[in-house]
Amino acid sequence: MTDTITMQVSRYRPEQETAPTVQEYEVPLRGDWVVLDGLNYIKDHQDGTLSYRWSCRMGICGSCGMTVNGEPKLTCATFLTDYKLGPVRVEPLSNFPVIRDLVVEIGDFLRKLPRVMPWIVRDTDKPTTDGEYLQTPAEQDAYKQYSMCINCMLCYSACPVYGLDPHFIGPAAIALAQRYNLDSRDHGAADRLEVLTHPDGVWGCTFVGECTSACPKDVDPAGAIQRYKLSAAMQSIKAFVLPRSAR
Amino acid sequence: MSASPVYTEFHPRWYRKRMRTLWWLHRRSYLVFALRELSCVFIAWFVIFLLLLVHAIGAGSRDYHRFLDWAANPVVIAVNIVAFLFVVLHAITWFSLAPKAIVVRARGRRVPSTYIAGANYLAWAVVSAVVAWLILRT
Amino acid sequence: MSRRRVEPFLWLLFSAGGVATAVLVPVLLFLFGVAFPLGWISAPNHGHLLALARNPATAIVLFGLCVLALFHWAHRFRYTLYDGLQIKHLNGLINVCCYGGAIGGSVVAGIVLFSLP
Repeated sequence: MTDTITMQVSRYRPEQETAPTVQEYEVPLRGDWVVLDGLNYIKDHQDGTLSYRWSCRMGICGSCGMTVNGEPKLTCATFLTDYKLGPVRVEPLSNFPVIRDLVVEIGDFLRKLPRVMPWIVRDTDKPTTDGEYLQTPAEQDAYKQYSMCINCMLCYSACPVYGLDPHFIGPAAIALAQRYNLDSRDHGAADRLEVLTHPDGVWGCTFVGECTSACPKDVDPAGAIQRYKLSAAMQSIKAFVLPRSAR
Repeated sequence: MSASPVYTEFHPRWYRKRMRTLWWLHRRSYLVFALRELSCVFIAWFVIFLLLLVHAIGAGSRDYHRFLDWAANPVVIAVNIVAFLFVVLHAITWFSLAPKAIVVRARGRRVPSTYIAGANYLAWAVVSAVVAWLILRT
Repeated sequence: MSRRRVEPFLWLLFSAGGVATAVLVPVLLFLFGVAFPLGWISAPNHGHLLALARNPATAIVLFGLCVLALFHWAHRFRYTLYDGLQIKHLNGLINVCCYGGAIGGSVVAGIVLFSLP
């Protein structure tokens, strides 16, 4: 008799219920199976009506984020054997509205992201005939960590400030803004200042630090936010002391 | 796209879970965060305590000793012990978190945040020693 | 005064207060709040402390500590009320109570510390 493990999966079918319910399934416990494999097994063999998002199954697309035993996780990167004894509780990513079963509405984040202009902004573009932009390893090192973000939104799920106030721009958006602010090819820091120093921007963050704990790619959004607070504050002082100095 | 969508047969109702009032009790890291934030209340209490002490010192030797007797009252001692624990929590969390905001580059490589935290702890120890010496020397 | 322009300075005051209190308060609270009243360490005599308190350098350092500590409290407590009690809609009242309290406390600290006989 093969080992099995119980998966308690949150179900929400708006056409027949007003709140989520829990459905239990028995799933084979294989040493190399992740939670996503368990969900795929359920959908293939037991209950085809289960709805959830997934794609690359290797931790790079950011689609399969869900709450597993109360923690935001990528289900393609979380092994079933980590929960060997108990049931595995799979719920949709918290702090987002639930559309159906494990599928959440991510429009809020997708609308916030373009507001921080996550692309290279230049005063003057260099024509391609002039060749490529050159960057030293040290210059790349300055922003590389923040470029690892896969937009999985586990940080938004972990952030209590975002949970309490959905207007807060959120960890990933700020980390991505920093990725470009610190890029030597970019000249757009002043343009991003407007959005980031809004009361719903960096100042809402109280440095809980949960975003950094939840991040599967070690982006450290909390560190990015604190660094930005410091640089924005330094800039305010400079503007106050030398109002006419060039930006 | 409007902030509150109109729900129809083809756009069924989304489920929005409200955040519980005691959300910070439900995870250990949230609890440590809440306690850290609450330490600010005891910082404010310390300011009051300090000003009462300085006022007593200025008012004369009798008032100073009366202040020490009041401070020895079990209730005040209990408050101050709790306050001391919270203030130490504040100091420890501050020294481990504050380095995240400061990125120092030396010779092209980022100085590890443990060095900066270490420097903070060293400053804490030195300042504490100096203050204690100033107060305790006869 | 636009809130957007003031926030960075409030955060800087909060940060400076955090450093100052983290470094100075533990030893002071331990000595005067626990060790001396309980007799673990014999309390210094009054004359010595009066001389110390009268010293302008001490007065300035303690005043700086009080002001920064109060603004540190105000900023952190304001966000604790937002997140803990979820009363962000009362933010006008909260701001007045917190920062007003810090300003009031700073005035009192100045009076106490700089008017020693």
